[in-house]
Amino acid sequence: MKKTSTLSKLYLLLVMLFLYVPIFVLIVFSFNTTKSHSHMTGFTFDWYVKLIHNQLILSSLLNTIIVAVTSAVGATILGTAAAVGINSMKKIPKAITLNVNNIPIVNPEIVTGVSMMLLFVFFAARMNFEFGFGTLIIAHITFNVPYVILNIMPKFRQMNPNIYEAAQDLGCSPVQAFFKVVLPEIMPGILSGLMMSLTFSLDDFVISYFTNGSKAQTLPITIYSMTRRKISPEINALSTIIFLIVIVILVSKNIYERRNAAKKGGKLQ
Amino acid sequence: MKKLVSAPYLAWMAVFVVVPLLMVAYFAFFEDGHFTLDYVSNVSQYTNIFIRSIWLAAIATAICLIIAYPVAMILSEMDTSYQGTLLMIVMLPMWMNFLLRTYAWMTILGNNGVLNQFFGLFGLGPFKMLNTQGAVVLGMVYNYLPFMLLPIYNVMVKIDKSVLEAAQDLGCNRARVISKVILPLSMPGVMSGITMVFVPAISTFIISRMLGGGGNLLIGDLIEMQFLGNSYNPNLGAAISLVLMVIVLLIMTLMNQFDVDDDKPLI
Repeated sequence: MKKTSTLSKLYLLLVMLFLYVPIFVLIVFSFNTTKSHSHMTGFTFDWYVKLIHNQLILSSLLNTIIVAVTSAVGATILGTAAAVGINSMKKIPKAITLNVNNIPIVNPEIVTGVSMMLLFVFFAARMNFEFGFGTLIIAHITFNVPYVILNIMPKFRQMNPNIYEAAQDLGCSPVQAFFKVVLPEIMPGILSGLMMSLTFSLDDFVISYFTNGSKAQTLPITIYSMTRRKISPEINALSTIIFLIVIVILVSKNIYERRNAAKKGGKLQ
Repeated sequence: MKKLVSAPYLAWMAVFVVVPLLMVAYFAFFEDGHFTLDYVSNVSQYTNIFIRSIWLAAIATAICLIIAYPVAMILSEMDTSYQGTLLMIVMLPMWMNFLLRTYAWMTILGNNGVLNQFFGLFGLGPFKMLNTQGAVVLGMVYNYLPFMLLPIYNVMVKIDKSVLEAAQDLGCNRARVISKVILPLSMPGVMSGITMVFVPAISTFIISRMLGGGGNLLIGDLIEMQFLGNSYNPNLGAAISLVLMVIVLLIMTLMNQFDVDDDKPLI
């Protein structure tokens, strides 16, 4: 392996600066005593205190979590069952299904959002329901399910197809064989699908924006309306908190994965 | 029996993916049950917005490619123990909500923002940076850079290092190794990077609204306005969405075309 040259390091540093400086500017001004975004007039935690007492933000945070957890679990169950079925399909139906599965992934988000809105508007008028948690969760499941399936399908390909039959030969019913043999094999795919769904759901703005109505505001939607009104350091405070949470999660994930890798490496020797 | 378990999913996708898209097509061509081409032909009134969107998204994609390609190459040639950590550091800002990332640039580029304050130290400015097309492109590059980096990096780490050594043994210098070996082998990553940046960039309405002011409308803004804005007109909105989908489809077919050419076996 070559040593990284100074020029390369300098280039990486510049790109890192580009990526991080905006976030650090946000963080610095979250401690500012005035609403200015160019002059530090003093140090304060006021904006954090205000943020914690902001009822709208707290309720939309709760909404976000409810929607993310429900839709991620829903998408994972739906997607796992689907992957099992798709795996045993014949070539052509399988190809068609996987192509339809790709639609929400490749379609521009705004088109997905708008198309679902049209559907919901159509049914809302005829079946007498309102936009809210229901429409939001349906929309989130819809854009999450394809990723769950894409995470599970490769696990089927890696799995030895004979073990399912072997389990049945040894006296398992097909259902037992599935839960005792197949499920553990595809579990890593299911879990990464679940995590991906959670992340996408927590972060989604565009599709939620078209399908949420006014009753179930999620955090990204609240953030959007805050940035529309006026620049307020409360958003900076919120950014700082979110940034810290992201760092903690990613760093601990990284450490965990390294330990796992080290353990596996140890076993091999 | 096994096929039955995927039935709920198939029904779900039919109702919530296929039917909504058919509804978009229906709304674009039918009004009150009558076939009409009015809305689709009305889209041509907005040609300038379409051209602007394609142009800005193309510039942003090109800049992303120019910035991300060397980063991917440097990362993929590093010691493997650093690669994971550095990649995490590069990707970390992407985990912040993109509204907050865009908001950050709003405060930086403003007339009283940090950047103008900085220029002021040298007696320059204030420059009008916010609410310009440049700001929109900057926002696109900042938000979508990781989408370019990741696919290119993923392809590059998989390039067999012995191929690079073979090229060197056969007399290639660094520049030739890059142009004759790394570049062609990383093409699939570049192509998927281009799609992954161009598609969200051409259809965004947040970046243009937050950084472009009211004067730099993009296709996304146009669609949003027909559904949730002042000019409620789902038929026109559906027609514009349809055209946007066609553009995206064309781009993707074009990119896949390149991809197939490069899938030919190496030897």
